Amino acid sequence: MAPALIVARRELSGYFATPVAYVFIVIFLVLAGALTFTLGNFFGRGQADLIPFFSFIPWLFLFLVPALTMRLWAEERRLGTIELLLTLPLPQWQAVLGKFLAAWAFCGIALALTFPLWITVNVLGTPDNGVILSGYVGCLMVAGAYLALGAAISAGTKNQVVAFVLAVALCFVFAAAGSPVVTEFLDTRIPQLAELARALSVADRFGGFTRGVISARDILFFASFIGFFLFVNAVVLDHRKAD
Amino acid sequence: MAALIEIERLTKRFSGFTAVDDVSFTVARGEVLGFLGPNGAGKSTTMRMLAGFMPPSAGTARICGADVVDQPVAAKRNLGFLPEGAPTYPEMSVTGFLAFTGRIRGFRGSELDDRVAHAMLLTQLEGVRLQPIETLSKGFKRRVGLAQALLHDPPVLVLDEPTDGLDPNQKHEVRELIRRMAPEKAIVISTHILEEVGAVCSRAIIIARGRIVVDAAPTVLEESGRSLEEVFRSLTLGNHEEAA
Repeated sequence: MAPALIVARRELSGYFATPVAYVFIVIFLVLAGALTFTLGNFFGRGQADLIPFFSFIPWLFLFLVPALTMRLWAEERRLGTIELLLTLPLPQWQAVLGKFLAAWAFCGIALALTFPLWITVNVLGTPDNGVILSGYVGCLMVAGAYLALGAAISAGTKNQVVAFVLAVALCFVFAAAGSPVVTEFLDTRIPQLAELARALSVADRFGGFTRGVISARDILFFASFIGFFLFVNAVVLDHRKAD
Repeated sequence: MAALIEIERLTKRFSGFTAVDDVSFTVARGEVLGFLGPNGAGKSTTMRMLAGFMPPSAGTARICGADVVDQPVAAKRNLGFLPEGAPTYPEMSVTGFLAFTGRIRGFRGSELDDRVAHAMLLTQLEGVRLQPIETLSKGFKRRVGLAQALLHDPPVLVLDEPTDGLDPNQKHEVRELIRRMAPEKAIVISTHILEEVGAVCSRAIIIARGRIVVDAAPTVLEESGRSLEEVFRSLTLGNHEEAA
């Protein structure tokens, strides 16, 4: 097994050995369910699909994912285990990757536990399960993007509150970049930036997945987004690990 | 034969002050080096650089010939390191934690089990093998950290205050353990318990304000008729007065 997977395995069991996992999953499921049925008007729409559920995911993850990532490196620093982990014979990027993979797998578990929604739409009607699957893949991509961003921020600061607030703020920038408010504002003033904002918008890319379109460009976008911030994470960690 | 630990002109500067200033020494197989100094003298910083955790501002450190900056993984493979405060993951069990470090070091299956069992035997942890580490006393936690450093039987051991927080019996056990391992290894221990140096070390380095002030066998230090404590006080306090 690659060192990254050994680290990931330890991390993941760490989530479930503490209340972190249970609090996160319960709150995520309650909020996802409540938003889908109330604001999302799940029943009233008269359509058997998960669009109302998916539409809230980028905004729900906006707050929940930084709550996961804020402790990623800060906790290792507080316990001093960062000194142990980074003096074991593994390349530093493997430790970074391992921590990311564990958090990503954890988000995957939380997403998988929304399966009753999927069962419900299948009982009530005949949805296109391919579209639903593609929507879930999109959710994972959004989670991965936020996680990579949040983890990189966490490597740079000892303070968990700072890590959380900064991660929420930056995730929000990428989530909202493609929204009409932002792009219309930029269109009238700085048209070049409006294009860039649309291209970098996590929510816009995610929209394609929820319509059942998995395009290579979007996958490439998320892969490079995650890759870039994991790289930033490794660089920041290298400079700030001993602070 | 080349020394297992080679430190050359190692320096660490933080903004505003120099924590470790031009430190050079080597440790050969069979030597137990006691690293002494007042708090804040630069002991832990030196050890962190030697372990490849903190990048040096200048100078080099090599473990079994591998530079800790250029070949970090090769250097760390030959190193058992007990960081300051013996950090461990509190929610893990003792066996779970040791198996984790063993897996990272590349052990699998029955060899991994044997290594973990042997490390627990050396540090007398069998009685608490399945307990979460956070429920253990300070002395046990320290020994879990020690077990992790010994698990792969490394040629180089760097132990930052290995006996801190242990009761007199446990201190004795750990010193015995270090003495037994000494012939095959190069060992560096930091401590501020002076009688420990006489008990286990074949050589002592006293460091004050980031610089080496003495590098000699403990017996040589005491030859002048003064106790090790008097030597330590005159060297480390003298330095402070000089600066003031």
